[in-house]
Amino acid sequence: MSAPHATSAAASSSKGDARPIAFVSAQALRERMHDAVNDPHLRKSFRGAMDFLMAKRAAQFPDEAELDSLRTLSEGIRQYSLSRLPDLLEQLEANLTRNGVQVHWAADADEANAIMLGIARRHAAKTIVKGKSMVSEEIEFNHAMHDAGVDALESDMGEYIVQLAGEKPSHIIMPAIHKTKEQIATLFAEKVPGVSYTDNVDTLIQIGRQVLREKFEQADIGLSGVNFAVAETGTLCLVENEGNGRMCTTVPRVHMAITGIEKVVEKLEHVAPLYSILTRSATGQAISTYFNMISGPRKPGEKDGPEEVHLILLDNGRSQAYADEQLRKTLQCIRCGACMNHCPVYTRIGGLAYGTTYPGPIGKIVSPHMMGLEQTHLLPTVSTLCGACGEVCPVRIPIPELLVRLRGEAQSKPHDNPVMVGQGAGYSPLASFVWRTWARIYARPGNYRIFSWLASRFRALTPSRQSGWTAARTPLTPAPRRLRDMVRDRQ
Amino acid sequence: MSASRDRILARLRASQPAQPLPTPVLDAHYTPRARNEGVRERLARFRTGIESFHAEVHVSSEAGWPALLGRLCAEKGVGTLMYGADTPAGRQLQPSAFPATVLRPWAGTVEELKADLFHRVDAGFTQTLGAIAETGTLIVWPSEAEPRTLSLVPPIHFALLDARNIHPTFFDALRAGNWASGLPTNTLLISGPSKTADIQQTLAYGAHGPKELVVIVINAEGEVQ
Repeated sequence: MSAPHATSAAASSSKGDARPIAFVSAQALRERMHDAVNDPHLRKSFRGAMDFLMAKRAAQFPDEAELDSLRTLSEGIRQYSLSRLPDLLEQLEANLTRNGVQVHWAADADEANAIMLGIARRHAAKTIVKGKSMVSEEIEFNHAMHDAGVDALESDMGEYIVQLAGEKPSHIIMPAIHKTKEQIATLFAEKVPGVSYTDNVDTLIQIGRQVLREKFEQADIGLSGVNFAVAETGTLCLVENEGNGRMCTTVPRVHMAITGIEKVVEKLEHVAPLYSILTRSATGQAISTYFNMISGPRKPGEKDGPEEVHLILLDNGRSQAYADEQLRKTLQCIRCGACMNHCPVYTRIGGLAYGTTYPGPIGKIVSPHMMGLEQTHLLPTVSTLCGACGEVCPVRIPIPELLVRLRGEAQSKPHDNPVMVGQGAGYSPLASFVWRTWARIYARPGNYRIFSWLASRFRALTPSRQSGWTAARTPLTPAPRRLRDMVRDRQ
Repeated sequence: MSASRDRILARLRASQPAQPLPTPVLDAHYTPRARNEGVRERLARFRTGIESFHAEVHVSSEAGWPALLGRLCAEKGVGTLMYGADTPAGRQLQPSAFPATVLRPWAGTVEELKADLFHRVDAGFTQTLGAIAETGTLIVWPSEAEPRTLSLVPPIHFALLDARNIHPTFFDALRAGNWASGLPTNTLLISGPSKTADIQQTLAYGAHGPKELVVIVINAEGEVQ
């Protein structure tokens, strides 16, 4: 385990569940980023992985025109779906119910966990085997189940590794991307009974397969996320490569799926372009190994499949983003992770430094709605605004624009009618005064003339230590003569 | 109905745009992608795609495929092959074609079969509804006769594909079959054996599902239906 995560994630219980990451303070966030930047192993892992993923994505889009057409289509489908979101959610609920799926609604993490714990209790479940679900991470599902005495076991290879290490996923698609195979070999030798050290990747995967197959066979309940929910047919679509998602949704007697309310589309055909652009943007695959479309529990006469299927629709701040036309674009996301793969900040600090379930650019625009700006007001500033995230986003979310908007929401003076919880949490009267003064000077030529004359005249008084700026740079000093004066001399 | 349901929906309705955006039109994007090609060309594209995902493809005939399946089972050391007996393909499987393999029809529920399915069945055989040329993908609709786990739990999955049912794209397949009018409880797209790259981006096959996917193609010369 590398240094920056040790403080938050080292505390693993005997069951291998990580404690939830309580969001870190501004000072701690700076320290975590500082530590991550100075960790050469971490830097190497992420640089290598991001270069690999960027090259693979690029290879999937050789035809610029096709990419453009597919992006326009995908953005259009997501925006159309959001424009009808409440209608589509009701249609989805009606069709799922008709198909025999039980639909539940949860306002926040606690309610979602309570609903799922209720289902587990009703079935006297001891073990829940999990397919990959970031929403289950968002609500700290494993922790809630552990507290209630129910084992929640991750079965995606990356998630399994991360859970075994008592850590959190550092990437939404490749959870164990921060770990080297040697670290995983050591982890398996320590934590999996009867396994000795091997760093052969095939052997390590076979070890995971053996352990988890037993769990699929025995588990009482399977849990999964949802990539797309289709309103017109009442269908839950899952994208995966490993087959663990199919195991979790097929073998146990009960299947619980959890998803954010934004994942619904109207028509079945809408999933075709979204699925294509998702896998190509995410891991640079033309298609994933499995596309698993679930339209109901086992019917009379069928020989397998769960007897009960539940869907939990989670809000957790999404309706706040929905309420504002600009912020609503956050909800277009299909969780491909391309924004983090192309982010210069994410590549350098890794996914764990952020201290949020969703790291990287998408994490910075979605987490403030889930957690409130009191806790996350610094997040939108963890960005260079280089624009790479917006350029690769398959559904054209204007991430840089939203980051600027969130900075404004966080740092503006608190007012009575905020669109976001925690508006103004990052407000500083001093910073605000400085910027207002700056604006008064720079927006008025007369003021600017006087200011620049004074600045060049009294340049010797410029402080040599200019807080963050001089930590790694020479001090800023006004020029001895103004540009205006030099131009006048030449005329 | 829960209080949260009503609150969430009310909140969304309060800020929902008065006019929904226009319904997206997909045809313009997909029409040029549905190339005007014959079965052979489609099969060639399907094959290139699925082989790149590590699947094995064998071309056979309506009459010859059961014998080929028997030979492949023998070559791969399949001791027990499980299949759905009550299907057109299942009815063609006769023990005489399987010198080295026990043919075991699925019987009972998964709960009754679980231990065998997980530990003693070496391969599963299913039919397919068709395939997708663009990506190299099989379309599988599990049924009462061919349950979901048949293509998931055994280490090898044998799939029978009629080349006349290969569609240019996923979009064409679901439009042509009018999937929106009714789907089975489980619908699958399968592109190769199970895999993962979760350890240091190194690709490994046989993660949780089948380690091998073997496709037997019939009617490779046939007309598109």
